Amino acid sequence: MSTATAPSVRRGRRRRLDASLIVGIALVGVIIIGAILVASVGRNFFSAGNIRDILTGMSVLGFVAIGQTLVILCASLDLSVPYVISLSSLIAADLMAGNPANIPLAVVTVVVVAGLIGLANGLIVTKLKVNGFIATLGTGLIIKGYLDSNYKGTSGEVPWEFQLIGATGVGPVPVSTLLMLAVAVIGAFFLARTRVGNHMFAVGGNEQVARLSGIRTARPVIVAHMLCSITAAFAGLLLASRLGVGSPTVGIQGGYDLLSIAAVVLGGTLLMGGRGSIWGTIGGVAIFAVVDNVMSVMQVNPFLKDVVRGVVIVAAVAVYTSRSLDRRRPRFGSGAAAPDRPADRSAPPSAVAHEKEASA
Amino acid sequence: MSAVTTPQPTVGQRLAGFGRTLISPRGAVFLLLIVLLIAITLLNPSFAEPSQFIRFVQRVAPVAIVAIGQYFVIVGGEFDLSMGSVVTAQVVIAGNLIGQDESKSLPVLLLMLVFGAVIGLINGLIVTMLKVPSFIVTLGMMLALLGAILYWTGGAATGNPADGFREIGRGGIRDLPVIDILPWSVVVLVVVLALAIWFGRRPFGRTIIALGDNPTTARYSGTRNWWVKTSTFIISSLSATVAGVLLVGYAGVHPSVGRGYEFTAITAVVLGGVVLGGGRGWVVAAAAGAFALEALFTLLNFAGVPSTYRDAVQGAIIILAVAYSATTLRARRKGRALEAPTPQISPDPSSDPATQTSPAPAEEQDAAASARPAPIPSTQRADNETKGGS
Repeated sequence: MSTATAPSVRRGRRRRLDASLIVGIALVGVIIIGAILVASVGRNFFSAGNIRDILTGMSVLGFVAIGQTLVILCASLDLSVPYVISLSSLIAADLMAGNPANIPLAVVTVVVVAGLIGLANGLIVTKLKVNGFIATLGTGLIIKGYLDSNYKGTSGEVPWEFQLIGATGVGPVPVSTLLMLAVAVIGAFFLARTRVGNHMFAVGGNEQVARLSGIRTARPVIVAHMLCSITAAFAGLLLASRLGVGSPTVGIQGGYDLLSIAAVVLGGTLLMGGRGSIWGTIGGVAIFAVVDNVMSVMQVNPFLKDVVRGVVIVAAVAVYTSRSLDRRRPRFGSGAAAPDRPADRSAPPSAVAHEKEASA
Repeated sequence: MSAVTTPQPTVGQRLAGFGRTLISPRGAVFLLLIVLLIAITLLNPSFAEPSQFIRFVQRVAPVAIVAIGQYFVIVGGEFDLSMGSVVTAQVVIAGNLIGQDESKSLPVLLLMLVFGAVIGLINGLIVTMLKVPSFIVTLGMMLALLGAILYWTGGAATGNPADGFREIGRGGIRDLPVIDILPWSVVVLVVVLALAIWFGRRPFGRTIIALGDNPTTARYSGTRNWWVKTSTFIISSLSATVAGVLLVGYAGVHPSVGRGYEFTAITAVVLGGVVLGGGRGWVVAAAAGAFALEALFTLLNFAGVPSTYRDAVQGAIIILAVAYSATTLRARRKGRALEAPTPQISPDPSSDPATQTSPAPAEEQDAAASARPAPIPSTQRADNETKGGS
């Protein structure tokens, strides 16, 4: 089986590139290109103001993408996040009503409501066996219907104390970004060190194998959906704090559903679940923020920004998959991942299994 | 299965079989559609008049055509989120390039078809050659295409194309006896649906389903996976182009025409019982899903439900419909997932591709279920039980 050795040697070399590391390299590349472009129009990319802008741009999408990472790890999707964001901002602003004493109550209420929405999503996905794409599209539409019927425009008032979260910073680092990074640390810890977190990888990788190994497959999925809605609620709270009011359209305007999924995939998480990391996602979010920032500084036409964004998403993921495809163990790959491994084509199943062990 | 093999089924058996099909996940969309149409007729008897009904069909035509295109992509195991942007792009192209010069209609129509095919080709090649998930590829295409179109037009509505071109979308064969007018869009829809059915029955169409069900077995049986998958994206972009041509006449030229069509189409396809992830579905049911969705909107309109609640009801209905078909399927297959690794598997791989790839009724597949060998190690995610869940 001489053909089997060549790819495994090649894989051995590529295995050294960790998923998050590739995202890091891509981020550095984007920053270098961005810095050159920004310098070409006579501005300093690394000025404190610019770095603050980038970090601020990361915070909202970062919150959403952290939750989305958990859901995608479980091989589901959450398309309801923009509506959860809008709803959270409205509930928060209405309950606060300009009075600082109401802040704890408002935050708790928002988190509980978001948790319930996530619970509903999770139950629909696991108990009713509805695909996550459809389930969350549906719950998103239901929330949208509620928002459209009950809110005509911005509503409520956020007290100044709460607005400070979105407005202040430690040096060039905004508080909101620090909070987002804190949530990312908690999320990464959760995935690496807790039982439910580990089960998420198992269920996302292969639900049947997970069940046969004695895992209650429903629980990680439900927890992931709840956490995703809650991080989306954090994003909504942050937006409310920035705007000073709640807005029924703030989530949809940001396009957070598709952008967060794109950021997660950009961060090296497999869309079919089972593989990925929070830090990769943060890297993906940072790439988006840098690209957006460079385009704003260079005053690119807002419509062209979308073109660039779309091209960057596809190109980055294409570069990423071409580097890391061989590294994937077969049982975590999709059926589509198999064809480009020439050894498999001729090898009988036993040889494939053997090779798999060798590479693992 | 006995109903199929019995030489002369009685009328009662036929009716029972028909009833079973209607409540089965595969036929549920037709039941839903019939219920909705009856409900609309009860609220507004004039809806049942042929001329009114044909107007309804005309209104659904673009959505149904987009759904038919999306069906091929989904049954092949992928997504196409760029369809809405393709519709928008084609509408804007028609409006800007044809202008008031009717002689340009045909060349521009050809250009639009080529443009659509090229978009599909790009999507498909990036998915198959660069191995980027289709969700991401078509999402990027959606952003890039929409951005380019908005940049071109400056984000504002532009002039409508010549009336001769718009006639395709809003005109028709007039002065007919019963239905008064047969809109061209209905004709186009019927032609597209007939083409889709014909195409789906040809070996190539069956290969798409086989590919969506299990890419590895498809490859082992000699399919050029990359070309089959790429062609599904070309089909979907072309169907979006046709929908765009109809919408130019019906809705006029505006960069917001076609927005959200990708989700509407996916919803319609899933309502039609097509399984996300590929390998299972029927194109007629996908088209019926589009009709059911539009009938639902019409019903809500007639029932006086505020338009703001439309989304909420739509969301609830699609969850319920998909949950119904998913749980029904699951009940039928109960316990089957755990059977796979047990020793009672019979070494009969030859029957397996047939049960996996043919879109045969679920009853038949259940009979063969116990003879199903363990899935190929590298493609366990393509297994039925994981897919039954959409």
